[in-house]
Amino acid sequence: MEITIIQLFNGLSVSSILLLIALGLAITFGLMNVINMAHGELIMIGAYSTYLTQTIFSSYLPSSMFNAYFILAIPISFMIAFAFGLLLEGTLIRFLYGRPLDSLLATWGIALMLQQLARTIFGAPNVAVKSPAWLDGGLKLMDGVVLPYKRLFIIGLVALTLIIMFFYIYRSNAGRRMRAVMQNRDMAACLGISTRRVDAMTFAIGSGIAGIAGCALTLIGPIGPALGTYYIVDAFMVVVLGGVGKLIGTIFGALGIGLTNTMFEYWTTASLGKVLVFLCIVAFLQWRPKGLVAMKTRALD
Amino acid sequence: MSSKSVILQCKEVSVEFDGFKAVTGMNLELARGELRFLIGPNGAGKTTVLDVICGKVKPVSGKVLFQGKTELTRRKEHQIAELGVGRKFQAPSIFPSLTVMENLEISMRQQRGLLAALRARMTREDEQRLKDQLQMIGLERKGAWRAGGLSHGEKQWLEIGMLLLQEPQVLLLDEPVAGMTDKETHKTGELLRQIAAKRSVVVVEHDMEFVRNFASKVTVMHEGRLLREGTMEEVQRDARVAEVYLGKRRVELDVSRSTA
Amino acid sequence: MRERSWTAQRIYMLIGYAAAAAALFCAPLYLSDFRLNLLAKFLAFAIVALGLDLIWGYTGILSLGHGVFFGLGAYAMAMYLKLEASGDKLPDFMGWSGLANLPWFWKPFESFWFAAAAGIAIPALLALVLGFFTFRNRIKGVYFTILTQALVIITTTLFIGQQALTGGTNGLTGFTTVLGYPIGSPDTKRMLFWVTGAVLLAVYLMCRYIVGSRLGKVLRAIRDGENRARFIGYNPASYQIFVFVVSAALAGIGGMLFVLHVGIISPSMMAIVPSIEMVLWVAIGGRGTLIGAAAGAVLLNYAKSSFSESYPDAWLFFLGGLFVVVVVFLPKGAVGLLGKIKWPKRRRTGHEQQVRHSAV
Repeated sequence: MEITIIQLFNGLSVSSILLLIALGLAITFGLMNVINMAHGELIMIGAYSTYLTQTIFSSYLPSSMFNAYFILAIPISFMIAFAFGLLLEGTLIRFLYGRPLDSLLATWGIALMLQQLARTIFGAPNVAVKSPAWLDGGLKLMDGVVLPYKRLFIIGLVALTLIIMFFYIYRSNAGRRMRAVMQNRDMAACLGISTRRVDAMTFAIGSGIAGIAGCALTLIGPIGPALGTYYIVDAFMVVVLGGVGKLIGTIFGALGIGLTNTMFEYWTTASLGKVLVFLCIVAFLQWRPKGLVAMKTRALD
Repeated sequence: MSSKSVILQCKEVSVEFDGFKAVTGMNLELARGELRFLIGPNGAGKTTVLDVICGKVKPVSGKVLFQGKTELTRRKEHQIAELGVGRKFQAPSIFPSLTVMENLEISMRQQRGLLAALRARMTREDEQRLKDQLQMIGLERKGAWRAGGLSHGEKQWLEIGMLLLQEPQVLLLDEPVAGMTDKETHKTGELLRQIAAKRSVVVVEHDMEFVRNFASKVTVMHEGRLLREGTMEEVQRDARVAEVYLGKRRVELDVSRSTA
Repeated sequence: MRERSWTAQRIYMLIGYAAAAAALFCAPLYLSDFRLNLLAKFLAFAIVALGLDLIWGYTGILSLGHGVFFGLGAYAMAMYLKLEASGDKLPDFMGWSGLANLPWFWKPFESFWFAAAAGIAIPALLALVLGFFTFRNRIKGVYFTILTQALVIITTTLFIGQQALTGGTNGLTGFTTVLGYPIGSPDTKRMLFWVTGAVLLAVYLMCRYIVGSRLGKVLRAIRDGENRARFIGYNPASYQIFVFVVSAALAGIGGMLFVLHVGIISPSMMAIVPSIEMVLWVAIGGRGTLIGAAAGAVLLNYAKSSFSESYPDAWLFFLGGLFVVVVVFLPKGAVGLLGKIKWPKRRRTGHEQQVRHSAV
């Protein structure tokens, strides 16, 4: 019983992290059809932003304020990754719309450079971020079942991000413009929407969410220049499994991969578990080649 | 009609897209060697009927019988094409990075398997056939061009040429003159006459003037259903058709002009 | 188009090819043993690049999983070499991991010819299975690419995790002889160089035949419009599976030769980064041209070996920047750049020039 609950919670925790990473991808890949391989590096940028915030707090501010740094680190990580996203879109991505495979290769080159940049600035070894004291410990559910506050916090953070995104995309004017551009670019342009600005904003928001993910990852373990690469392929699998273009698909994709992964790794070994998850995904795609939630079109190709 | 002269038969075909009924209980019988026009207002389900026949869309119910025996709805697209059903889509779809000749070469009726394609050699007869076809579609001087560099009308003819080399028994054409100049439309009409002489053809068309040039049977669809079938005069005299379709004739004509 | 005229340019081209081939085969005469071994390694990479070009350049399917196929070929050969080096004893790493007996699937690799066959067959088989379950369901484009990348991740974690069976992170190394000849001796190295050159030439001619055949035209047609090809009556899935299998087998061959030259294979050599680097070889040389892909593999690796040893950090910046530049500014690679140069004495129209380049 305890083991079941712990495994379930672990699965949920893994899912929430995957979801946070995949949310940004769901926007850039799902809505814009850009394969941003540098997404992992935007996560890394978010993580290092948190690290810097913490360093500034501990060096220049009274230690009594230290515990508050994390609350500030979340928006800072978002903003810095957002700015990087804006820069990336303006200098590179906008030349690659409509060429998804090329966008993959070019952004992979960017990823390589960003990793090397991080190595040059912060050094190759991992650095640890000290999490605030109010996230230490855990919620005791019953004997032998303690749910760490950090994990709970991440789940809460993901839920909050999800709600904000939902309202932004489906309920705000900016979101409506965004959906309009992604669904019919020419028509939207004819109606007076600046597609350039919407593209840039959309990409930057996706990047900003990657920054939040990076911030959250500092709670789990030490961070390094290659932080993003551990998660990026899994996160892409979430989007593929969930189907492109709808947020709800991404949520189910993340839950599916997160839970099965924890389950298989518990039953077998870590490496064998990954193989089994991959086989499950391929098997699932036999049944639904376009993922859980698919949009139908009448176009030939 | 005896089953021998019927080449294609749609029986009670219904199609749904996410709950939306695109086609309901559609029946269509095409005789060998017949040229049939399928008309109707926008959203009537004309293109969807062609999609069902060529296998692009699977119906929720109903049957499509080819030569009275083969059930097409259970076959895959490439199998249906191999059986002898050719399809031309609305937008010209040729292979832009291949030359005009190469486009024709791979369309030619032949074995479509891997090994056959690996070993295929161009015989003198093949070469002659390709040259004749090139002549027929009026592109004899552009055989070595990349197909992507052709004009819109030329692309349409190339696609028709590719379809003819496939030697289909039934040819499905979706708005073959859409977006063409008057001169190009005229030339396409001539092509269509030559094509229809040898095989059965279904044409989805908006341009009523164009349809009137051919003395053949017309099927009118409306909101996914069969409305009327008959000659152009019969159809024009029908009150219901006039109401749903010919009442909007002026508008339709304007549309066809503006896209021309 | 069909008549072949002996224009001056064509003759120059043939002379150029012949000179390049001759220079390559005489390389042992003027290159040091060290350089020769490097060149041999690059030629093995060129074989991989040819296969990757078939699937990406000609069919438009991007596989980021070729590191796996390369690795499987390499491991097959390495297993043979390891067994020959160990003699009657158990390979050293198995003993360290506490294994008492040789695992059953290692046994047949005592034979060189079995290993050589397996180095082609195993990657081909894996590609067949994966290709069948993806292309048949029209999983393509980006989706396929992401799946191949996932394949890389699970294969490397599997190889690292199964320490006792695969040598884990360290991989397989410590080879002594191949077919009884000492693997490190200059004579053997020279022989291996010639073998690699001959295999590369054979593979090149085979790819040329495929690309020039009607099948090659169908592949390009599928790249242009998969559904259109379907409605003409071709089954794109079988063509895609075919080209995926062929290119995986070629990657396997490249991997086998690589191990013979380099003497080590480890999971890191088949991971994400090497897999995607292979794509860059093709991109930089020119996707859709065979010569370009092969030349790209040799040139980029030459640059890497001369550059990265002295400036390993700058190399990664350079590599990343190269990706961006090639993809954004040179989608046709170096060959495309050459094609833009105006050749003198050419009476063809500009349009036909374009066509000819695409047919190379």
